[in-house]
Amino acid sequence: MTAVRYHVVHETRYDYGSAVSLSQQQLHLSPRVLAWQQVEEQSVEVTPAPNWRRDGYDVFGNPVTWIAFHAPHEALRLRSVMNVAVSPHLPADLESSLPWEAVRDHLAYDPTNPEPGGLDATRFLFESPHVRIKHELAAYAADCFPPGRPILVATKALMSKIFAEFTFDPEATTVSTPILEVLENKRGVCQDFAHLMIGCLRALGLSVRYVSGYLLTRPPPGKPRLIGADASHAWVSVYAPGSEYEWVDFDPTNDLLPDTEHITVAIGRDFSDVSPLRGVILGGGGTEPEVAVTVVPIDEEELPAGLHDDGEASEPTAGALRPQAGSEGEAELPPVADPALVAGAGAAGSVAAG
Amino acid sequence: MARTLLAIYPQTTRRYDEMLSEQGAVRDHWREFYRHLDSVGPDEMRRRLEFVDRRIQENGVNYNVYADPSGADRPWALDPLPLIIPHDEWAEVSAAVSQRARLLDAVLADLYGEQKLLAEGLLPPALVFGQHGYLWPCQGIRPPGGIWLHSYAVDLARSPDGHYWAIADRTQAPSGSGYALENRLVVSRVFPEMFRSLHVQHLADFFRDQQEGLIALAPLDEGEQPHVVLLTPGPYNETYFEHAYLARYLGFPLVEGQDLTVRGETVYLKTLRGLKRVHVILRRQDDDYCDPLELRGDSALGIPGLVNVARAGRVVIANALGSGFLGSGALMGFLPAVCRRLLGEELAMPSVATWWCGEKPALDFVRENFDDLVIKPAYSTQRMDPVFGYELKGEERAEMLRRIEARPHAYVAQEMVNLSQAPTWSRAHERRLLARPVGLRAYAVWSPDGYSVMPGGLARVAVGANTRIISMQRGGASKDAWVLTDGPVSEFTMLKPSIGVRDLVRAGANLTSRVVENLFWLGRYSERFDDSARLLRVALARVVEAGGARTPTVLSVMELATLLGVLPKPEEDNEVKQGSEHVLLEAIYDPDQPGSLAGNIRNLMWSATHVRERLSLDHWHSLNRLQRDQQAALRKHPTLTEALAFLDRVLGVSSSLTGFAMDNMTRDEGWRFLIVGRRLERLSFLARSIAYFLRLPSTPGPGSLEWLLELSDSIITYRSRYSRQPELLPVVDLLVFDDSNPHGVIFQASVLARYLERMARELAADFDVDLAGCIRRLQNFDLTRLENVQFSDCSDCPTCEELAGLLHDLHSITVQLSDVLGMRYFTHVGDVSRQTMAL
Repeated sequence: MTAVRYHVVHETRYDYGSAVSLSQQQLHLSPRVLAWQQVEEQSVEVTPAPNWRRDGYDVFGNPVTWIAFHAPHEALRLRSVMNVAVSPHLPADLESSLPWEAVRDHLAYDPTNPEPGGLDATRFLFESPHVRIKHELAAYAADCFPPGRPILVATKALMSKIFAEFTFDPEATTVSTPILEVLENKRGVCQDFAHLMIGCLRALGLSVRYVSGYLLTRPPPGKPRLIGADASHAWVSVYAPGSEYEWVDFDPTNDLLPDTEHITVAIGRDFSDVSPLRGVILGGGGTEPEVAVTVVPIDEEELPAGLHDDGEASEPTAGALRPQAGSEGEAELPPVADPALVAGAGAAGSVAAG
Repeated sequence: MARTLLAIYPQTTRRYDEMLSEQGAVRDHWREFYRHLDSVGPDEMRRRLEFVDRRIQENGVNYNVYADPSGADRPWALDPLPLIIPHDEWAEVSAAVSQRARLLDAVLADLYGEQKLLAEGLLPPALVFGQHGYLWPCQGIRPPGGIWLHSYAVDLARSPDGHYWAIADRTQAPSGSGYALENRLVVSRVFPEMFRSLHVQHLADFFRDQQEGLIALAPLDEGEQPHVVLLTPGPYNETYFEHAYLARYLGFPLVEGQDLTVRGETVYLKTLRGLKRVHVILRRQDDDYCDPLELRGDSALGIPGLVNVARAGRVVIANALGSGFLGSGALMGFLPAVCRRLLGEELAMPSVATWWCGEKPALDFVRENFDDLVIKPAYSTQRMDPVFGYELKGEERAEMLRRIEARPHAYVAQEMVNLSQAPTWSRAHERRLLARPVGLRAYAVWSPDGYSVMPGGLARVAVGANTRIISMQRGGASKDAWVLTDGPVSEFTMLKPSIGVRDLVRAGANLTSRVVENLFWLGRYSERFDDSARLLRVALARVVEAGGARTPTVLSVMELATLLGVLPKPEEDNEVKQGSEHVLLEAIYDPDQPGSLAGNIRNLMWSATHVRERLSLDHWHSLNRLQRDQQAALRKHPTLTEALAFLDRVLGVSSSLTGFAMDNMTRDEGWRFLIVGRRLERLSFLARSIAYFLRLPSTPGPGSLEWLLELSDSIITYRSRYSRQPELLPVVDLLVFDDSNPHGVIFQASVLARYLERMARELAADFDVDLAGCIRRLQNFDLTRLENVQFSDCSDCPTCEELAGLLHDLHSITVQLSDVLGMRYFTHVGDVSRQTMAL
C-alpha cells in the first residue's frame, strides 16, 4: 500500500478578556519526520505577530517553537497547517516478538556490561511528571503479562483491557488528574488512557513513549465514528527490540494499532514533554482556549464514496473555529463545500476530546 | 596541666577526638588554645558568651522562617569554641574537596552533553533519567565558559581512625557559607588574641574568588559592565538571612523572580530606571522552580523564558539549571570509576560506603546487614528522613523492607558513621567542656584559577553526646572552623571594599522596582502606625479620664477614630454592649482587625522584611523590639494602664524609626520613595483628621481642640505660643497654615511637592497630579473668616465646611498620587504570572 496524504489545520484561540502584557509560549505543533511519516509542508501562523521567535528541536527530537509577546494584546490566535504523508507500518506479526521479560532484562542496568543496549529506550523507562509509577499499576497489568508472553501480544492485551474497562468521559478528568485516580474511577480521555497504559508498562520495567498527534475519523457506512475525531489525540509506543522500527504504537482509546490514520506530531515521556501549546502570561482574564482540528485526506480517491451523501456530519458545532472559505489568509484551504472538509469540521471545538 | 576543664569530658576510642589524642593528651594544634581557655576567668568567659548571644540576636541571624508572624524564628546557635584544623591536614582535605568539585562539574557536563557515562555503563540510567532533578529541557545547553558547578559543598565526617569521609554532596544551591562568615566575624572577636597568634586563615579570599569567578564568566556584549544578581526565593525561605547577608557582602543586588524578566534571549532586572541586563544569576532558588515555561509550571517563583536565555548562552546561572540531582547519595558508589574515566585520577577522598538498592547484589546486602545501615532516599527530591536499621523492629522493619523491595531504585543504604567529637562550651557548668559529635561542611567555588576551597567551613555539632544526626533544624549548634597556616595570613578584606564614584551611581540605578515598592510601603506603614497609636492614645486617655462615662469628648474622639478607620464601624449597638474600653483594646492588640495598630505593626514588619538588606542593623533592631513587645502583649489581657504604657512605647519606637530614616539611610532614590511614602501618609492623615473634625456631626465637647492638638503632636507648640485655652483660629492656623510646623498640613504638602519635583526631574517623569494647585487653593483661604467663631457651639457653619472641603481635596490628591507612583514604578507584587495550556 502507498502512503496516505493529509492536510491538517490545528487552530487555537485565546480570548483573554483583558490585556495580557507579557506572554511566552512553547509550541509543539509541527509534526516530526519518522521512518513512515513525511512532512511535505508545514507552517504556523501567529496573530498578533510575536516580538520574538525561536525554532529548534527538543531533547526528544521533536520540532519546537518558542514565541514571546512584549506588547499588550487581548487575544492570541495560532494556526498550524501541514501536509503529511503516512505510510503503513503495522508490525508484521505480534506473536514473534520477544518475551516481555527478555525486553525488561535487556533494559535493566548491569554494572558488568560496558556497552549497555537499549540506552536510548531507557529514557522512557522511569517516572515522569504525569506518570508516577505505583505498584497498583503493575498489579492491574499483571494478568496481561504472564511469564514468557511475547511483548506485543501482552501489550495488545493490556490495551484491550483498558479499552474494555474504561469509559471515555471528557468531564471526568483534567490535565492534572493523577493516573491512580483514573484507574479507580475508570473514566477519562485519550491522555489519561495513554498515561495509565504508560504507567502500567513502566511499572513492569518496560520502556514506553507518549505520542501526541491527530487521528482521522472516517466512519465507514454502518460503523461508529472513532472517538477522538478531529482533536489532538494521544497514544503510546512500546519498546520492542527486534521489530522493524523498534517501537510499536498502541491506541488504548480506540483499541487498535495505529497505522495510516494516526498522524504523529511529537514523542515524549508524557504529556508534559509535548503539550501542543504551553505558556505563561502576565495579566489577562480568562485562559480557556478554543481549539479546532481539521484532518482532511488530500487524495479524493481515498474518500469513501458514501461520504458525499452523509448529511449528519455537515453541520459544524456551534462556536467551533473552523476554516471558512474566503476568510483572510486561508486561501490555500479547499473550498468549504468540499465534503471531506465538512466531515472533518464536524466534531471540532472540543478541547479535552481525544 | 589543669584538668578542671575536662572534668566531665568523656574519653572514648569509639570516636576520633578532635582535641585529645588516644592517650588523652591535648593535640599539638589545640595546645595553645586550650591553655588560653584555661587561663580565662569565669566572669570573663561569661562576658564572652553574652557577647556571642548579643551579636547573634542583634544581627538577626536566624535559621528557618524568621518572618513567621507567630514568632517561630529561632536564633542561629553558635558554640564559641572553634574547630581547629592543622595546616597539613587541611591541605589534603582541601585538595580532595577541590577534586570532587571538578569531578562533579565534569559529570554534569557529560550528563547534559554526550552522556558517555551512560553509554559506557559507568552510571545506571535510573540515577539520571529516573531523577526528577534531572532537567530534560537543559540537555544540550552548554553554559558560558563550560562551567556547570560554580559553588559546591560537601558534608565531611571523620572516622575513628581520623580519616575524612564525604557524607553528602550539595550541588543545588549550597547554603551555609554566609553563616560560616558570620560565625567567623563573631568568634574571631571572642578570641581575638588566639585568632591572631594561631595564624588562622581568613575567609575573604574565598569570597573574592567566588565574586571574580562569576564576573569572569559573564557573557558581555560590547561595552557592557558585568551585572551579577543573587536570586532568592524570598523572605520565607529558611536561609533568607544568609541570602541577604551574602548579597550585601558580595555586593550583588538581592532579587526575587519577579524582579527579573526575559525579553527574547536576554534576562533583565526591572529597575526604577527601566530594564537593566543581567549577566550572572547566583541562584539560591531550586532549579526546577526557575522557569515556569519549561520547568515546573505550578510555581509563580520563576522567570518565564529563562531556559531560553540559558540556551542562547546569554546568562550564567550559578549553579547551572539541572545541577541539583547530583546530591543523590546513590551516585556515591559510582564515583571512583567515574573519576578515573573523566579525570584520569583516583578519587582522593572516599565517600561513606553506600549501596544503591537498584542493584540486585546491593539489595541482597542491605537485607542481610540491615542493623548496621542507614536507609536514605536515592533521589534528592524525595522527602524522607534517614532511617536507622537497628531502630526498626518487627512489623516496622518488614514494612520498610517491603517498601524498598517494591521500588529498590529509590533507596540507598549507607554505613553508619561514628562521627568524631569536639569540645563545646558548657552553658550549664562553670569552666567545663562537653564532647559532642561534629561534622564539617566544606565549600568550593569556581574561579578562573580552578576551584577555590574555603579554609574552614561550617562546623556543626549535635545536641547530645550520642545523637546520630547533626541538623540545625533539630537544635544542633554551629562552630567556626579555624584552619591554621604556617605562612603569612592573607590580609585581604571584603568588608571595606574601595568604591569608586561610578559604583555609587550604579547602586542607585540598580534599585529594583520591588525594593522601591516595599520602601514606599515601609514609609507609609511606619507613619500609619504612628498615627494610629497617637489616635488610640488620645482616645484611651479620654476614656480613662471620664472613668467610663460616655462624655461628649469620649464620643467625639471615638467618632473620629471610626471615621478614620482605626476603629471598626459599630454594628448594632456593639459598642454599647462591649464598652469603649473593649473596642479600643481590640483596636490596639488584635492584628486581624482591619485598621488596628497591631495590624499596622504586622504590615510594617512585612514590608521591612522584604527590604531587609537595605536597612541598617539599628533600624532592624528597633523593628525587632517592636514586634517582640507587641507579641508579648498579645499573650496576656492588658489593663488600660498597660495599654497606655504600650502606646507610649510604640510612639517611642516610632520616633526612633523616624530618626533612623532621616539620619541613617542612604539618600538615594529608594530613600526618597520611603520619605514620599511617609509624607504622603502623614499628609493624608492630617488632612482627613482635621476635615472630619470640622464636620463632626455630634457637638464637640469643650476639650475638643485640645485633643486635636494632641493628635497632631502640636500641643506643646500651641501652649508655648498662646498660653491660653485652645481657640479655633490659632489651632487651625497652627495645624493647617503654619508652614513651620512639621505636623501642619501646608508644611507636609509643600515638602511632599518638593520631593516629587526632584523625583520627576531625576526620573524624567511627569506625575500629572495637581498638588501645587491644591496647596494654592488652601493657602488662599481667608483666615479672617474664622475670627470670633466659637468652635464649641459652631455646627454646620459654611466656613468650616469650606475648609474641610479643601482638606478633603488634598487627601484625594494623595490617593491619586499613590496610584500614579504605583502604576509607574512598582512591580505589582500581587500580579502573578499564570500558566496556560492548550491541546
